[in-house]
Amino acid sequence: MRFADLLRFAGGGLRGHRLRTFLSLLGVGIGVASVILLTSLGEGARRYITGEFASLGSNLLIVVPGKTETAGFAPLVSTAPHDLTQNDAQALSLRVPALRRVAPLVVGTAAVRAGERSREVTVVGTTREMLEIRHLKMSIGRFLPGGQPDAAVCVLGARVQRELFPDENPLGKLVRIGDWRFRVTGVIAPRGTSIGMDLDEVVEIPVDTSLRLFNRSSLFRILAEVGSHDEIERARRRVIEVLRERHAGQEDVTVLTQDAVLSTFNQILGALTAALAGIAAVSLGVAGLGIMNVMLVSVSERTGEIGLLKAVGVTQAQVVAVFLVEAAILATAGGCLGLLSGLGAGQLLQQFYPEFPFQPPAWGIPAALSVSCLVGLIFGILPARNAARLNPVTALMRRKA
Amino acid sequence: MIQLAGLDRTYVVGGSPVLALRNVHLTIDPGEYVSIMGPSGSGKSTLLHILGCLDRPTAGSYRFAGEETAGLTEAQLSRLRRHQIGFVFQFFHLVPRLTAAGNVELPMIFAGIDPGERAQRVRQALEVVGLTPRAGHRPDQLSGGEQQRVAIARSVVMNPALLLADEPTGNLDSGSGREIVGLIEGMNQRGLTLIVVTHDPRIGERARRRIQLSDGLVVSDQTSP
Repeated sequence: MRFADLLRFAGGGLRGHRLRTFLSLLGVGIGVASVILLTSLGEGARRYITGEFASLGSNLLIVVPGKTETAGFAPLVSTAPHDLTQNDAQALSLRVPALRRVAPLVVGTAAVRAGERSREVTVVGTTREMLEIRHLKMSIGRFLPGGQPDAAVCVLGARVQRELFPDENPLGKLVRIGDWRFRVTGVIAPRGTSIGMDLDEVVEIPVDTSLRLFNRSSLFRILAEVGSHDEIERARRRVIEVLRERHAGQEDVTVLTQDAVLSTFNQILGALTAALAGIAAVSLGVAGLGIMNVMLVSVSERTGEIGLLKAVGVTQAQVVAVFLVEAAILATAGGCLGLLSGLGAGQLLQQFYPEFPFQPPAWGIPAALSVSCLVGLIFGILPARNAARLNPVTALMRRKA
Repeated sequence: MIQLAGLDRTYVVGGSPVLALRNVHLTIDPGEYVSIMGPSGSGKSTLLHILGCLDRPTAGSYRFAGEETAGLTEAQLSRLRRHQIGFVFQFFHLVPRLTAAGNVELPMIFAGIDPGERAQRVRQALEVVGLTPRAGHRPDQLSGGEQQRVAIARSVVMNPALLLADEPTGNLDSGSGREIVGLIEGMNQRGLTLIVVTHDPRIGERARRRIQLSDGLVVSDQTSP
């Protein structure tokens, strides 16, 4: 028997009972659509996080005070870590040639006031290098001045500017941060959240000024950009070496590379996607039962036809093939339906959340289609065998084919 | 072509065995026109099903074209039915979603004959039964007589050696019945072995050889000169 004829005959069988066919199509469709949609969510989250990290700059090292043990025992004797200081940052930029730029980071919160308006913001103390390291763009004015001035100047995040100076150009205006007055030199272009810090909601000031403002001597972080991606690991070891030397031989800093953080996130979110796919697969299984039910009804309804097929010399294997192919067509067509509606729903959600990349993982589409076809084949086995095992004599006793 | 020897067929109904056929001996030669008659329950349909390889005897031997059928597998029996045996049923057994032409084509689809040849043979078969203008109609658009003519076209489209008809006129008015009998007798005149099961003596008496069954036993076997 030719495969095209088999497909045509099985397809004809499905057209015989349109409503039932449509309902079981719908069942598989919903299953596949939910697989597509949920994996799109998971994959979207992964892409979103990855994209966020990429916006940090791809060759970034982050120096954090304190040693984070990722393996083995916690040390019995806790050694208080040395603070990270301005001098540490300077030493790194001088002694580690692989670092192209180094920026210290101080973070605090303070009330910012302009005239009658006031709000609480995150104040970031840093240097001019930050502009390049974090790929910031200015919408107006200039970023912080170069060198390490202790100057009363500040740069506003986009939303801070909107709220404090809704109708006027803030350049050259004075704002009050805590008890001190600062002159606005620029506004950062809107950028949105980047790794937990909404850059539109910050005010940036020179690092020395921030240390005095918050009455501190130590840095929160040191950010450094490595010249080329291949040098990251070497630069990381060198940074630790320099800082150990400076911290009386103690290795009391942790240097995060973007790769390490990224691969951790990748793993977590990959697992999340797989878990979501698993949940959605349950609905595919239920749809499979629906197909089995429809096929069982179809077999008992078409007893006469099956008897006739046997009388004209159709073999048991061919009867099995006819009903299996019917189930597979049903499931695969449902799969296509679900694929389209799943992708469509993703597009729709995309309209509402333009920043979030709804997109199924590369394996999602072929997997959804092959799994739905497989579901049809597996849940079609029982009905097909029932059909093949019908006794032709009793099957033909029915009045109708 | 057909040799039955000591053939029994026993059913188990409600725990007790029922003998549908008892010790049947029968030889039918190629080209014969045989009617099998008897009251309902006499075993004539059972005999037809065994002759058509849809059912197997409980005991005894059935040789088709010299070959013992007891040793054949399901698939071999299917092939035998496909190429050697055509069936005509009381209730036509047409597939309702297929057109007349589609129903005639059905056995050839599963035999793997290519579409060009199928179309040609469908056309010939429908022409023989006089249904060429109705080729595109579905069974529910055809009269009973027309449906049975489609079924006959289907039964002979694979060029079988044996045509089995089970009460072929049982569901038709007498006019259509006469046409149907005329058609299948025409097939017999062209060399097809024809076996008709009927309880209608007017149909049965037309056959040259008439076999009477009663309670599963062959009670008479007459051949007109």
